[in-house]
Amino acid sequence: MSIPIIPVELIRIIVALGAVGAFVGLNGLVLVYVERKVAGHCQRRPGPFEVGPHGLLTPLADALKLVGKQLFMPTGADPWLFWLAPIVSFLPVLLLFLPIPFSPVLTGMEVHLGILFILAFSGINVLALCLAGWGSNNKWALLGAGRAVAQSVAYEIPLLLSLLAVIFMVGSLNLSEIVRSQGSWPWQWHICTQPLAFLIYFTCAVAEVNRNPFDLPEAESELTAGFHTEYSGMAFGLFFLAEYMNMIIVCSIATVVFLGGWQGPFFSGALWFFAKMYALLFIIIWFRWTYPRVRFNQLLNINWKWLLPLGLANLLVTAFLMKIF
Amino acid sequence: MTRQAAAEQVAGDFYTRHFVEPGPREDTLILNMGPQHPSTHGVLRIVLELDGEYILRAEPVIGYLHRMHEKMAEVKTCLQYMPNMGRVDYLHPLAWNWAFVGAVERLGEIEVPERAEYIRVITVELNRITSHLVWWGAYILDLGAFTPIMYAFDDREYLLDLLQIPTGSRLTYSFFRPGGVSTDLTEDFLKGVLEFIPYFRSRLPMYKDLVTDNIILRKRIEEVGVIPLEVCRRYGATGPVLRGSGQPYDVRRAEPYSVYDRFDFEIPTDEKLDAMGRYRVRVAEMEQSMRIIEQAIEGLPEGPHIVKGAPKPKWKAPKGEAYFAVEGARGKIGVHLVSSGKANPYRLKLRSPTFSNMSLFAEIARGTLLPDAVAILGSLDLVIPEIDR
Amino acid sequence: MGALRESWQNIVDLWSLIVGLKVTGKYFCYRHRTVHYPRKTVDNINTFRGPLELVPKSKDPTKPKCIVCMMCATNCPCGAITLVKKKAPKPTPEELKAEEEAKARGEKVKKKKAPKEPARFIQDFSLCSLCGICVENCPVGSIRFSNDVYFAVTRREDLALDLLARLRERAGEMEKTLSVEQEA
Repeated sequence: MSIPIIPVELIRIIVALGAVGAFVGLNGLVLVYVERKVAGHCQRRPGPFEVGPHGLLTPLADALKLVGKQLFMPTGADPWLFWLAPIVSFLPVLLLFLPIPFSPVLTGMEVHLGILFILAFSGINVLALCLAGWGSNNKWALLGAGRAVAQSVAYEIPLLLSLLAVIFMVGSLNLSEIVRSQGSWPWQWHICTQPLAFLIYFTCAVAEVNRNPFDLPEAESELTAGFHTEYSGMAFGLFFLAEYMNMIIVCSIATVVFLGGWQGPFFSGALWFFAKMYALLFIIIWFRWTYPRVRFNQLLNINWKWLLPLGLANLLVTAFLMKIF
Repeated sequence: MTRQAAAEQVAGDFYTRHFVEPGPREDTLILNMGPQHPSTHGVLRIVLELDGEYILRAEPVIGYLHRMHEKMAEVKTCLQYMPNMGRVDYLHPLAWNWAFVGAVERLGEIEVPERAEYIRVITVELNRITSHLVWWGAYILDLGAFTPIMYAFDDREYLLDLLQIPTGSRLTYSFFRPGGVSTDLTEDFLKGVLEFIPYFRSRLPMYKDLVTDNIILRKRIEEVGVIPLEVCRRYGATGPVLRGSGQPYDVRRAEPYSVYDRFDFEIPTDEKLDAMGRYRVRVAEMEQSMRIIEQAIEGLPEGPHIVKGAPKPKWKAPKGEAYFAVEGARGKIGVHLVSSGKANPYRLKLRSPTFSNMSLFAEIARGTLLPDAVAILGSLDLVIPEIDR
Repeated sequence: MGALRESWQNIVDLWSLIVGLKVTGKYFCYRHRTVHYPRKTVDNINTFRGPLELVPKSKDPTKPKCIVCMMCATNCPCGAITLVKKKAPKPTPEELKAEEEAKARGEKVKKKKAPKEPARFIQDFSLCSLCGICVENCPVGSIRFSNDVYFAVTRREDLALDLLARLRERAGEMEKTLSVEQEA
């Protein structure tokens, strides 16, 4: 009996974390570019165009600018909370990518409670927004933080309920298991058996990552910039990056749970996964450049009066049907 | 003087918690919205007393853009004052042009050629459409949608290109002169306008699909900011704000000036009294403006564009006073000109509609949510330079 | 029943969100309307009011029509125009002599009049509000608006435009192009 000198699992996690770090950085740049290009084309203008061919280097220039900017802290702010907030917002994001199965091989870590892991760690983001708003010593930021907490806490419930419906059917919290329970053709995916759950999930996901039409915590025409009013330079950059990464996370979960993950017609692999994920991202970005923003009481009404009862009913019907068949 | 003592001298500035009438509670949040805030569209400052996000009191603070336009009139001759009239309201400058030259013409009993009157009607109505387009885009921007303002500016650009042909500029026009207009219309311009009208009519359904019918927008502004007619009367609100409260008052109809009595157009009103009502009134007004333009181009007579012997720059207005009112995009624009017989006016009073419209905000915003206050403020269509003059 | 119907109406109205997406999606596929400025330019600038320029005499393209009546300078609302008349030419010694002789003879001496030409014609473009009063009131039509949309400077002092120098520059350019054309 020998104890392995090299802990294989640990190395795997470290390598995966490194890969995730690179993935996050690259995707941040890509998404900034895509967002601005989509915005431009929706508005019949070219978007970024001058730096590099078709503005391809613009996100790099943006990143350079953000890194180079001076970091400010307003007088009277709580320095600990103020500087902690962007880090708390960003760090859990790296962990969130670990259990996501991009393909059968390309999985950072097989976690049996994968979905639970992700949902637990994504809750930390709320804390960061709260700290940022409270620590800034700014009334706009405080209002934004209040909104962020109320919104995230409220929308997490129907989000969970919609996922639970699928978990009932599969009987596993392991993300890879959920993918394997679906076939390679679209009608074999869970979106066809659970369309209502998908709609609820997607709505909640948009709200959870504070994107238009639910971008109330940073509603710039009401709260100037919401919780990150006082942040400059890379501190703002971290919030920004965390928002985009959270978008990727929710789209990845949607892909895994509802759209068949890496499986697809003709062949299966990471390519299908990324295609589906980016399509969902594109839709979220498309939302932003189309819709006005809802009011805060409407936002909560949509949650408590529509999504939550619908989610519960969906879950009940699923459980009932599971029992019969 | 210590800061505290200085604050106490400023009665009513309740940003320092120095209230003229103290409220019932002490645990409220005083929030300074503006002078640099994205949705006040300029340098309007509104001091809000909040309970959570509910507004207990709102107080507009103005004067950050005061440029002494009325005083400047006293040191310039009537013609030299024309550039100022393009800068009072930068979104509908031609209406201010008209109000001022109208007062001068009334005082000096200057005849205006018929063609000039028609040219004025055409350009002012085009300018009204551009003004409403900017309002439309900016209002939707206030409500959180980014794209519509670009579409609105796309169409506005078309119009600015057209208006640039006779006026020579794109924003601050000084095109009218006492006794006519400075340049005649060209064939290019008329052709362009006739092409624009069907193009814009085909764009309106897109606006309706994208914005007016959107359920998020409707839920945002329906039954928000209800302004009863009585409040409008009390504050002297005019224009789309008054018409959105159900009163069909329009200076073009109520006291027809120029050739407006020859055209057939409707005065859109709305019975809902809310922000959506004012929205619908403005959208309907764009359509009516196009109707007026069509009729004016059809009936455009031949003749000079400015009367012979029009006032020279050093022209002395006869002793007396005159008042002239026109319908601007934001309401009734009035110019009261008093002359003592010299080249410079003795006194000039500008009645700006936005000032009256903004004044009722304090009363309407009370008890609403912060996002609603933004929606109400936007629906009043404020142009800050016009408030402060 | 009213509440139920209202709820149903809300669900039906959700269709408007899809319609909105259709509109932006349609324009996403359209060509954009922006003019890429340094590479392309717009062509509707012939009525644009740029800085003033002087209209040359038809015989001499380096000299303006201006007769220095000062209508533009005195009537400008912003005081943007500085106009200085040319001084009378200094009499040569022979002329002085002749003058003195004439004086001695008791004749009336006619002094040489200053020519009706501007010595300096400066428009401070930072003050100008482009109202057009100077252009309309020029009795000989010597000033007009240029349509120089791309006029820009980096220093405030550069905004004081010496219109005479600019006129001469333009005349020189015209000659150059003319000679090039002739050569060709």
